[in-house]
Amino acid sequence: MQTRSGVRAALAAAFPHTIPIMAGFLFMGTAFGVYMNLSGFSPVYGILMSVFVFSGTAQFIGVSLLIGAFDPVGALVLMLMTGARHLFYGLAMLDRYSESGWKKPYLIFAMCDETFSINCTVDPPQTVDRSWFMFFVSLLDQLYWIAGTIIGSLFGSLLPFDAEGLDFVMTALILVLFLEQLKKEKNYLSAGIGVAVSVLCLVLFGADRFLLPAMVAILLLLFLFRPQLEKGGAVQ
Amino acid sequence: MSNTQLWITIAMLALGTSLTRFLPFLLFPAGKSAPQSIRYLGRVLPAAAIGMLVVYCLKGTDLTGPAHGIPELVASACVIALHLWKRNTLLSILCGTVVYMLLVQLVF
Repeated sequence: MQTRSGVRAALAAAFPHTIPIMAGFLFMGTAFGVYMNLSGFSPVYGILMSVFVFSGTAQFIGVSLLIGAFDPVGALVLMLMTGARHLFYGLAMLDRYSESGWKKPYLIFAMCDETFSINCTVDPPQTVDRSWFMFFVSLLDQLYWIAGTIIGSLFGSLLPFDAEGLDFVMTALILVLFLEQLKKEKNYLSAGIGVAVSVLCLVLFGADRFLLPAMVAILLLLFLFRPQLEKGGAVQ
Repeated sequence: MSNTQLWITIAMLALGTSLTRFLPFLLFPAGKSAPQSIRYLGRVLPAAAIGMLVVYCLKGTDLTGPAHGIPELVASACVIALHLWKRNTLLSILCGTVVYMLLVQLVF
């Protein structure tokens, strides 16, 4: 599978799955670039962030940190808190990413919400090497994001297209991947816990603070219902 | 902020985000098999995590605003119905997004 044609086959298999993300990331990346531009930063900083941070949430929060007073420790703590959802992704991907050799560090680094959802849900054709497939999903997604950032930083104010609402493409993508994940599950207990607890915490704690309590509650419930989830064989 | 301070802050953003992504892999390295409970989580978490992500995507929905969350509701229903019917990922996403854009730009 290390042959050039094998690599190309993985790229060809990965690309169609990233098309919605291309639309979403070009748009969101452009929005980020415009935001950085309007905040008075040279394009270099936005591009640096898209290369080395690669997280929409972190980067949009990051702009407000860059505008504010210098507080590196505060910035680090805020990133750990808003990024805590990645801990879930990591736990879910421990096995899947384990046999990807030199690609593994990049796969982990580039595990944003959308890339995680695809790599977690989509099974490439049997003939395609899975680690190359996941690698290209990750790489393409980041390239879209960087391209959007560059477009936004350089030409953002010139774009005439009314793109209000285009960001829904991300929600639509996650919804579809959620349905695909449900098809793989033998019972919907885990999925139901994830949705119900998150909605409850959203109502209780508000949009900016619900993730951490939701994650803790989800973990507790998954262990509480372990007998049911193990017995029912929630996963293939 | 000075340029140096900007660089340091961006480095902190990168470090913080990467830490959250790498931590599980550092705690449970491949080869050494993870505890049973962690492997159990690895099996059941994907569904719960993506479910949580759905809510995370929709968290900005303003139920009390002039649109009462109707664009989000209608567009999401459109995505789900179309996907259950045709199971064509791109079609579901495209139609849902177009419906949403039309609703927020023209109706509300």
